[in-house]
Amino acid sequence: MAAEIIRLLDVSKVYGSGDATVRAVDDVSLAVKEGDFLAVMGPSGSGKSTLMHILGCLDVPTSGEYRFAGEDVSRMNERELASIRNRRIGFVFQQFHLLSSMSAWRNVELPLLYRTARDRRQMALNALAQVGLTDRVHYRPNQLSGGQQQRVAIARALVTDPTMILADEPTGNLDSKASREVLDILTGLNKSGHTIVLITHDPNVAAVAERVVEMADGRLRDRVAA
Amino acid sequence: MSLLRTFDTGMRGLLGHRLRSILTTLGILFGVAAVICTVGIGTASADSVNSRIAALGTNLLTISPGSTTSFGVRGGSGSANTLTMEDVAGLEDKQDAPDVAAVAPVVAGSATLVSTTTNWSTTVQGTTPGWLTANARSLSGGAFFTQNQVDKHAQVVVLGATTAQELGVTVGSQVSISGAPFDVVGILTTSGSTGFTNNDDLAVVPITTAQDQVTGGSPDSVQRILLSASSSATIGSAYLEADQLLLQTHHITNSASADFNITSASTLASTAASVTTTLTILLASVAAISLLVGGIGVMNIMLVSVTERTQEIGLRKALGATPRDLLRQFLIEAATLSFVGGLLGVGAGLLAGILVPRLANIAVTITPTPVIIAVAVAAGVGLIFGVYPAARAARLAPIAALRAE
Repeated sequence: MAAEIIRLLDVSKVYGSGDATVRAVDDVSLAVKEGDFLAVMGPSGSGKSTLMHILGCLDVPTSGEYRFAGEDVSRMNERELASIRNRRIGFVFQQFHLLSSMSAWRNVELPLLYRTARDRRQMALNALAQVGLTDRVHYRPNQLSGGQQQRVAIARALVTDPTMILADEPTGNLDSKASREVLDILTGLNKSGHTIVLITHDPNVAAVAERVVEMADGRLRDRVAA
Repeated sequence: MSLLRTFDTGMRGLLGHRLRSILTTLGILFGVAAVICTVGIGTASADSVNSRIAALGTNLLTISPGSTTSFGVRGGSGSANTLTMEDVAGLEDKQDAPDVAAVAPVVAGSATLVSTTTNWSTTVQGTTPGWLTANARSLSGGAFFTQNQVDKHAQVVVLGATTAQELGVTVGSQVSISGAPFDVVGILTTSGSTGFTNNDDLAVVPITTAQDQVTGGSPDSVQRILLSASSSATIGSAYLEADQLLLQTHHITNSASADFNITSASTLASTAASVTTTLTILLASVAAISLLVGGIGVMNIMLVSVTERTQEIGLRKALGATPRDLLRQFLIEAATLSFVGGLLGVGAGLLAGILVPRLANIAVTITPTPVIIAVAVAAGVGLIFGVYPAARAARLAPIAALRAE
């Protein structure tokens, strides 16, 4: 049986106080096993972004427990969270978030700067080869198409060999052809053993996942994949 | 993150934002160069004023006739020649005036000097050998006339450097003054000009001869008496000795009704010093303003780039950078810009210090203090505004920083 990577237990995230209290994430429990491909679906305002921040260790829950790969991250300080993000999680954002002043391989190298790593250049080149961008390693982000930029971002998520890849609306800014390419890469990565959590509002995108959960008003419910 | 790798990251950050880096460096560069240059000009002009005053002889006291009261009517200052050769003799007495090193009575008038080739109008001063010491002057050739020559009404003249040049004469030549022949016995060393007076254009003759040939008047009365104190430290006591002595010989009991004035070059020196202080303060304020403007420029560039940097900070945090990593990176970036800008600014300031005197005939004296202050202030501004906004952004939650607009 595959090891459990994510264990959320009655996790809530509350903003504001008094009458203005918003329970963005309300008593959510969730388990993700190694090798899973999970899609979190829901319309905007459903709390899926807040859930993604908590899953990505970008934010800590107000209450409840979050165990990530056996470690209790809900009580960690900023420094420990930074280390978890660096070692365990690869991020893919809707806006790509590449640094415009750097070439593709320098962007992919970025997370390696915050850990001990040799041959950073070679690791970055390998990751770019995995997303099929070997011939674009010296290009700047503004010289690449949207789909290529997102593939650079995926390479950056891959380069640290993370426990989980967390993709937040990875196709949100792409046309359908580029979206297909990106989703194919994510599917391929899952087949080769990577755990992937995909956040999206689009049922067609969510359809590539093995398992889909739906978020509405801060609560979560399982949905059998169609 | 190791320090070396942070340094590498910082450098890459600077090279990745060339325009921003260049503008920031320029802001610091101009601020520093402006301070070095303006303060250098101020210092040089202060030095020049001081050296001109030193050329006057700061040990020099000048006694000139004051106002007199005759038949109950008080005349204007200098309305009568109240100074006499008797006063001069009294001041030369080492017992009564131990701090007076040299005494020279002076009568002066204008005359036309004629050499074999040309003629030249100038000031003719009649005096005694003490004149040379009292004025702190020296000779470039020949010798000053002696007391013996004064007593004998000798027809000898010592010329200023300019006068000798204009007349085309040297020691041993003859010139005629007001029609009478004079032997040129000495030429004075150049001393420059003081205000409107050219110290190099004059003729000096024995006082007795001057009274005979140029100025006329009683052989006993003199227009001015020059005194030099034995050193700049004794100028105060020399002043008091001269004052006491003259009050006594003129039979004046109340010093307020004295018929003479004693002025010293050091009072002039202190006036001039305060003028140059004002000038230096003025230039320093101009420099401070240019530093401020440069600083605001640097601040602007740093603050404008904060939005872009905030997203970068958010991304780096998401990828595992700690606030300390980020703080170090921005510190290295800002320190490098400040250091390079400061260094180039010092270079530009020194270069201006060489070029300005050549192009504009303005002296520039560069001293270390303004250089250090300028670099410290400019680098400080660069550091604070390079690091502070970034440090604040580094404390944001990564996701908030990523979404900064």
